[in-house]
Amino acid sequence: MKTIDEYRLEIKTKGVKPVAADVVERIVKIDKDIHAFCSIESEYIKTRALEIQSQGVLSGVPVAVKDNICIKGVLTTCASKVLEGFKPPYNATVIEKLKKADALIVPRANMDEFAFGSSCETSCYGPTKNPHDLERIPGGSSGGSAASVASGEVPLAIGSDTGGSIRQPAAMCGVIGLKPTYGRVSRYGLIAFASSLDQIGTFSNNMLDCAELLEVIAGYDPKDSTSVNIDVPKYKDSVGKDIKGLKIGLPKEYFIDGIEKDIIARIEEAKSKLKAKGAEFIEISLPHTKYAVSCYYIIGPAEASSNLARYEGVHYGRRSSKAANIIEMYKESRNEGFGAEVKRRVLLGTYSLSSGYYDAFYLKAQKVRTKIADDFKKAFETCDCILTPTTPTTAFKIGEKVEDPLQMYLADIFTIPANLAGIPAMSVPCGKDSKKLPVGLQLMAKAFDEEMLLRVGSAI
Amino acid sequence: MKNNNHNISEDTVAAVANLARLSLSSEDIKLFQKQLAPILEYIAQLDEVDITGIQPTSHVLPSMKDVFREDIVHECLSNEEALENAPDKGDGFFKVPQVI
Repeated sequence: MKTIDEYRLEIKTKGVKPVAADVVERIVKIDKDIHAFCSIESEYIKTRALEIQSQGVLSGVPVAVKDNICIKGVLTTCASKVLEGFKPPYNATVIEKLKKADALIVPRANMDEFAFGSSCETSCYGPTKNPHDLERIPGGSSGGSAASVASGEVPLAIGSDTGGSIRQPAAMCGVIGLKPTYGRVSRYGLIAFASSLDQIGTFSNNMLDCAELLEVIAGYDPKDSTSVNIDVPKYKDSVGKDIKGLKIGLPKEYFIDGIEKDIIARIEEAKSKLKAKGAEFIEISLPHTKYAVSCYYIIGPAEASSNLARYEGVHYGRRSSKAANIIEMYKESRNEGFGAEVKRRVLLGTYSLSSGYYDAFYLKAQKVRTKIADDFKKAFETCDCILTPTTPTTAFKIGEKVEDPLQMYLADIFTIPANLAGIPAMSVPCGKDSKKLPVGLQLMAKAFDEEMLLRVGSAI
Repeated sequence: MKNNNHNISEDTVAAVANLARLSLSSEDIKLFQKQLAPILEYIAQLDEVDITGIQPTSHVLPSMKDVFREDIVHECLSNEEALENAPDKGDGFFKVPQVI
């Protein structure tokens, strides 16, 4: 897998345009099998290559972008029919930052529709395949982003993570996936799923590349009222830093029955590596872990139902031709445009926010969320970093869980708490299982301590 | 407050679909009722948690209070840019079926 530095060398020797042309050719070839992209925007990529001045930090380096991050003038549809034909009239802030760094932006990494999913199967463009086994899912919702990096199509990708949508596909595809602290990266231009949970994050094949990309996309943005004004550290400096004496917490609620044996085995091997480098392990407890999925599946769909109310065929996207009046236009446009999982979550969210149910569902979930966040605050008083599995299983087969939404939701059990607490979390590859499928382990740290994740992650 | 009845009926699904502006067929209503019922049953486990005296978290960041900006006009989208993706437009407006 080519690193950023190797790309830089190649660009220095050959120039941006030829390397960009190679990237497009490679993607066209590999994507025949893995379908990591909704569409391959070759014209956009080649035009972009001509604009690059080679001053920026990521000059000419390809970065795939999930189909829910607005790129001006380029189809951005959240893999949904409801946004068919939509070309945003503005760039997301992360896109402006990538352009300033002269990155070669590769649009339209495939995803679950509106980021609702853990398998990349609900995309209206069809599923992405796991590069390690084409019959299996790459994970979701940022399945295309993960697969594009794992297959070598591109060295870097950005995605979004609301309940695990970066970390879970990173684990399933064997790459590094980082969800920063809530507020670390601007959400301006990220098409919203759940506004109190969403974060844009990174995919890469090595820790230094992860740090580089994070340095580019992180930072305060006045256009995002949830963006936090904290300086962006030199994240690269944390990679390879000594971990002697660091205390790593192992929450007992995350090491339970039902996790595949090989995942536990790979994690034990990783723990030995970390111990050999001087880290200490302590058992901790995050007592409200078991309520995280329920809490998330009230808050997420509730916020989503509100955020998706705007897709009604008035301003953009699909407008049904069947409508006799305005209400019918809303109903038909939405019914025709949304897939089943989106409808399910919109129904769930609308129900839990409706009169008579708000207290029993949404308000209660927000209070349980406080308890989950407090569990982490307490844990970080005794440890520097928390280590857990990222997922209970490795990649499952395409079609295996589509009939049972609840089973699909339970796959997010280890990733959801970090979103509820707003803390940064990273999935780091740690070997393969007996079927040669990638295994990932998850690191979590205090708010705005991405440096800890890079430091410990690079020691694995 | 113990709420043991988390069963959702087909009528409720239909009512919620109306609120959510979705024109579901009767087969869809049946299917979603079947799929949502176990989810709601699972979510009911939150009833176990003691939430007395706990403040709800609507924002994870303690700094998230009254985030304002100066009332200065910055660059905006032009009328044309705003209408670029409109399914139907005219005279600088979005066009929709009759509302009133």
